[in-house]
Amino acid sequence: METGTFVIKSGLAQMLKGGVIMDVTTPEQATIAQEAGACAVMALERVPADIRAAGGVARMADPAIVTAIMKAVSIPVMAKVRIGHVTEARILESLGVDYIDESEVLTPADDRYHINKKDFTVPFVCGARNLGEALRRIAEGACMIRTKGEPGTGNVVEAVRHCRLVLGEIAALRALPEEEVPTFAKDIAAPLELVLETRRLGRLPVVNFAAGGIATPADAAFMMELGCDGIFVGSGIFKSSDPARRARAIVAAVSHYRDYKLLAEVSTGLGEAMPGLDISALSPEQRMQERGC
Amino acid sequence: MAALIGVLALQGAFREHAAALARCQATVREIRTLADLDGLQGLVLPGGESTVMGRLLQEEGLLQPLASLCATGVPVLATCAGMILLAKDLPGFSAQPRLGLMDISVRRNAFGRQKESFTTRLPVREFSHGADDLIESVFIRAPLVTSCGAGVSVLASVNDHPVAVRQDNMLALAFHPELTQDTRFHAWLVRRAQALSR
Repeated sequence: METGTFVIKSGLAQMLKGGVIMDVTTPEQATIAQEAGACAVMALERVPADIRAAGGVARMADPAIVTAIMKAVSIPVMAKVRIGHVTEARILESLGVDYIDESEVLTPADDRYHINKKDFTVPFVCGARNLGEALRRIAEGACMIRTKGEPGTGNVVEAVRHCRLVLGEIAALRALPEEEVPTFAKDIAAPLELVLETRRLGRLPVVNFAAGGIATPADAAFMMELGCDGIFVGSGIFKSSDPARRARAIVAAVSHYRDYKLLAEVSTGLGEAMPGLDISALSPEQRMQERGC
Repeated sequence: MAALIGVLALQGAFREHAAALARCQATVREIRTLADLDGLQGLVLPGGESTVMGRLLQEEGLLQPLASLCATGVPVLATCAGMILLAKDLPGFSAQPRLGLMDISVRRNAFGRQKESFTTRLPVREFSHGADDLIESVFIRAPLVTSCGAGVSVLASVNDHPVAVRQDNMLALAFHPELTQDTRFHAWLVRRAQALSR
């Protein structure tokens, strides 16, 4: 009997495809998310919009919050650790969380190195803005990738940019003559072996979700149309005026992302979306996506 | 003529099943709405989150039509969450929308959380032959069968709990053959679909 292998860790992400993973901060929110059809929840102390507003150092959530949420729902529970913070990750693993997000939404604990995720039984998801970042995270043991986007902004533009960049680089890689592949790997600072595997598969070797700024059913369906495997919604649900309804609408939108009549229906009368932020209004230090590349 | 197999594609690992079926020379159609059920000769209920699939099946009005399709005798392969969708009894989650066509009682997340997920090699009656022929079985937050009715045959067990069961045309597995290279369960589905349409 084997546990913690790549097949088992990346396999859970494969089961989450076509689904919506929702940020929650209380057991009540977790229950609302599960009832609405979330395929997993991300247990947090604060959603990204509040982390942004609070400033200071953002860390792993209080284990009491994480365990209360794990007790409240039967779907997988994820939680975030700071980039490079091996001990926060070991703590979450000991709690039994189902997936760890080594996340730029929290303040990085190591400005140079990420966690060696291969050492863990629990699987990890990491953010990436381009193919090089994605493959470096996979080389470290990440079994699921998501776009970074710009968290807590309600602005989808960065998630779109990162998604198009990754898929565009994969398309370019596939078109390269064989002899140019090693130099391509060197240029994007990714291991040749993973570059070759990506070229052979025509996609990332692990599941690839969209995250960072998704606020509406149309945003979610758009990210699926671009080729993402599923969606993380952070602040977008519980910072809106009718979270349960918006959550149900986003779940339906991801499942039926090309059924435009249905998208019109579920988008109707949803109330206020979360307040949005223009990316250009953020100073470079306020941009979470620059963390950990 | 290649058999036309429908894979429920509301959420979960439908792409992996489609690939395995394609290796078995089936024609694959993803099922999202009622219109997609037309003319299907076989059905796959994939792994994913059973709560999500149940909810979307209900919203889409697919529960009854899918149940009727299964009742016509088309072969059904259900893995993990698919097994939960087929379970008549689901203690602790009895209100969860599902097809409930198989005379089995199923416990969700029966082996624990993700860190307890595992791979093992199992003999599976009707599918593996001899002591050396074991089937690679990937269990991810998997369910198991706690009891089954007289019409259900148990094909494989872990710690004496059934993890592969068949009732007539329906085969339910707690594990994920679609995550391995072993296509014999998919081949069974395609063979039965072809035999039925002949």
